[in-house]
Amino acid sequence: MRNALSQKILEHVSRWFVLVVFAVLLAFPFYWMLITTFKRTADLYTLENNPFKFNLPPTLDHLRLLFGQTKYVMWLENTAIVGAIVVGITLVLALPAAYALTRLTGRWGQRMGIAIFLTYLVPPTLLFIPLSRVVAILGLQDTIWSVVVVYPTFTVPFSIWLLMGFFKSIPRELEDAAMVDGLTRLGAFVKLVVPISLSGILTVVIFTFTLVTQEFVYALTFISTENNQMLGVGVPTFLVRGDVYYWGSLMAACLIASLPIAVLYNLFLDRFIAGFTVGAVK
Amino acid sequence: MAMKESGSGLEAKVPPEVVGVKTQDVDVAKVPWRRTPEGRARLLGIGLFSPAVLYLVALIGVPFVLAFVYAFTDVKVGSVSSHYVGLENFRSILQSPSFRKALGNSFIFTIVSQILVIIGSTILSVALKDRFHGRGFVRFLILLPWVAPISLGAIGWKWILDSLYSVISWVLVALHFYKPYSAPMWLGEPSLAMASVILVHTWRLLPFSTVIMLAGLTAIPKDIPEAAQVDGAGFFRTLFQITIPMMLPIINVAVLFGIIFTFTDMTVVYILTAGGPYDSTQVLPSLAFFTGILAGDLSQGAAISLFLVPILVVISYFMLRMAHGAEIA
Repeated sequence: MRNALSQKILEHVSRWFVLVVFAVLLAFPFYWMLITTFKRTADLYTLENNPFKFNLPPTLDHLRLLFGQTKYVMWLENTAIVGAIVVGITLVLALPAAYALTRLTGRWGQRMGIAIFLTYLVPPTLLFIPLSRVVAILGLQDTIWSVVVVYPTFTVPFSIWLLMGFFKSIPRELEDAAMVDGLTRLGAFVKLVVPISLSGILTVVIFTFTLVTQEFVYALTFISTENNQMLGVGVPTFLVRGDVYYWGSLMAACLIASLPIAVLYNLFLDRFIAGFTVGAVK
Repeated sequence: MAMKESGSGLEAKVPPEVVGVKTQDVDVAKVPWRRTPEGRARLLGIGLFSPAVLYLVALIGVPFVLAFVYAFTDVKVGSVSSHYVGLENFRSILQSPSFRKALGNSFIFTIVSQILVIIGSTILSVALKDRFHGRGFVRFLILLPWVAPISLGAIGWKWILDSLYSVISWVLVALHFYKPYSAPMWLGEPSLAMASVILVHTWRLLPFSTVIMLAGLTAIPKDIPEAAQVDGAGFFRTLFQITIPMMLPIINVAVLFGIIFTFTDMTVVYILTAGGPYDSTQVLPSLAFFTGILAGDLSQGAAISLFLVPILVVISYFMLRMAHGAEIA
């Protein structure tokens, strides 16, 4: 009995030890962004100061610089606009495709679904060189439209895959009943399947949006003007002037952009993971 | 109530069948397949998924083929015409020391970070699997590196690893491992720079791998490890002989995605070191970017990026096998 008790305590202690060590290692950079954001420049660049505490009173200077004298707000806007349009394109393409592949095309659709999933594995670093040419031919280089056209290449396959899993869980009888009542197949999809899949659609909206904010390679390749830049590229390239790093503003920029995305992502995490586990988990 | 249901069911079912029987022998030959219910459903299916497929063919399929075409021509940024040059691009990149360095680095980078990720995420997922007070908050903290945009996370590390104001150096100096101002330049010395890039990538992928494994762990029936413990197997014996073997399929999933995400990534390298010092952290994707986009040599850049394809093919093969297995089960 005592043995079992000490075993329990040992398990408890070792679990928290593991969790604390990993949580500190993984979350530390974000804590560091937070503390750097509010430190005075003189405090940041004095080697004798203990960097873990405020040796001078905290300041809002870095935030003022970030919002007042850089294009940060513009990048936030660009990213929001691109995100919204890409969400729209993704839904328009992925919803019907996912429905067709789950319901209307049988086994053949299953295979097609897997093929579409495999296209998700083709990385931007393989496609960016030919795509840079395609974007130039379309006359979209250096505008946000270049990434609007290209981003669905990774949001659509993943969304189709997620939605297929979702549609499969809707009982067929529901649509059959609606069709007996006089709806066409298309009508059943629009009036019945789409409304009851709202939470699946919301998942797609959130992930499309976060994938857009996380993208780096395409924005770096296609867009070069400061005003047209996306958040993920603008912060690391244009907040650095020559060799001068405005670390306080940089860290503020990183933190402000990361936290809301992290919170959103967390809310929908389990569904996102279901898209990756490819049926290996029952 | 039951009577009515079965009645209406019959009503709904009978008429089409009756009609079908009546017309079968006369009409089947004449009615084109696309007028039959199955044919119409199939047509609607094709109509519904073809916009997505056309888009994917145009912007993934065509560029994918173009990458091969470019690799065998001399196309440059802004050039109007291009010529077939055979294997010239491959010959010249294979002779370049930068390329050989990048090829080797890509493998080191992927293999070492994946080993670290798998060990770390196995430990972490086992620690996270049961419900306990504060689990949600711990999970949020642990997930931050994966959910935050990677270019911004990498900038955070660039500050932590700064040549002069690095907090790591400060701690090491405070602990008297180094004299003031003599701590190493984390991103300035070849082997340390490589280690830094690998660690930042491990940091980034560890949460992703952990949540995938967590999904696998919660699917393992609880009574099996519990029964083993009742039978006297200790925690570690249960872990190594029962839990981890049962996790293998899901560890495979995590590794396959991990390899793709690592081998094809250039963001961490681009931001932390830009491939330097002296190409010591250059990887294939970053070299393809510097050659193809910044230097404007599209054809050589494309040739370099084609070296990603064999890895993608191998991973896709394993993914297909797994998906096939899941379909049968």
